[in-house]
Amino acid sequence: MNDKGFWIYLLILCGSTYLIRAIPFAAARKKITNTFIRSFLHYIPYTVLAAMTFPAALYATDNVISAAAGLAVGMIFALLGKGLTTVAVVSCLGVFITDLIVSSPL
Amino acid sequence: MKDFKKGLRLGVPIGLGYLSVSFAFGILAVSKGLLWWQAVIISMTTVTSAGQLAAVDIMTAPFRYAEMLLSQFTINIRYSFMSVSLSQKASAEFTGIKRWLLGFFMTDEIFAVASTQKEVSSKLFSGLAVMPYLGWTTGTLLGSILGNVLPQIVMNALNVAIYGMFIAIVVPDAKKSIKLLTVVALSIGISFAFYYIPALKAVSSGITVCICAITAALFGALIFPIKEDNGDE
Repeated sequence: MNDKGFWIYLLILCGSTYLIRAIPFAAARKKITNTFIRSFLHYIPYTVLAAMTFPAALYATDNVISAAAGLAVGMIFALLGKGLTTVAVVSCLGVFITDLIVSSPL
Repeated sequence: MKDFKKGLRLGVPIGLGYLSVSFAFGILAVSKGLLWWQAVIISMTTVTSAGQLAAVDIMTAPFRYAEMLLSQFTINIRYSFMSVSLSQKASAEFTGIKRWLLGFFMTDEIFAVASTQKEVSSKLFSGLAVMPYLGWTTGTLLGSILGNVLPQIVMNALNVAIYGMFIAIVVPDAKKSIKLLTVVALSIGISFAFYYIPALKAVSSGITVCICAITAALFGALIFPIKEDNGDE
């Protein structure tokens, strides 16, 4: 790709991404009192994360079995009230160990 | 300073997760014909996963500026909802120029972790942005220069780090509230439908997330309105 084309693409990419984040953040100055909107905004973080995780996470590794195992381990630790780092690490370990078992010749 | 340190600590798992995701982005960007420094500049100035993935695809051909703008708008519109949502938790000093500067770091994960706090000060948010930003840019640099050096089995395991973190955010709160659990289940249900129903599979992942999240949150607001402003019931 020629250099000029890259910079124009970059400007559109980072400019639009920045504005779409910053404008609403800077503009929403008042506390919203409307119960419906408040409730909607309360649920948004959870619904975003849930939709991003499933089913995409099941296909984040080379096989569904190790992904599912890792997520299940993470789920158990989350239910036990463990923190973000712990849950993230045990999920990775769950995948790693499952992959070792699945790929072992025994 | 206490707030900044707290944010810094909260950002560690995000940074770790980003390291692996952006590593993959770096590899992909170079495989699409970009130079290593171009991949790094994209990550430094944009800091978004889905948007950048779509962008490097578009960049493989010249003069697709309108397509670039349109795809970024649809993939990233979810950030607008997050920004408004988080603005409700911003502390009294977190206004004006601070919002214009720190709004740059409103990623899915930073937003999600910030949302777990009762109140978000500008110091906490700044601290929270540090590790993810370092992770995102360093990962891209390493991926674009080194390529596939890590064994596949390790990359595989790292790929679920981000999702593990998401689970750690959603599960404890959903365990406490059957209403939230229902809303979350609805969002996941719609998401599965988009993934497996052939006619819906063509919809881009950024738009899918938007549709699932908004539909489920609207349902929640209609059927299970939250009465008080403490954020959790």
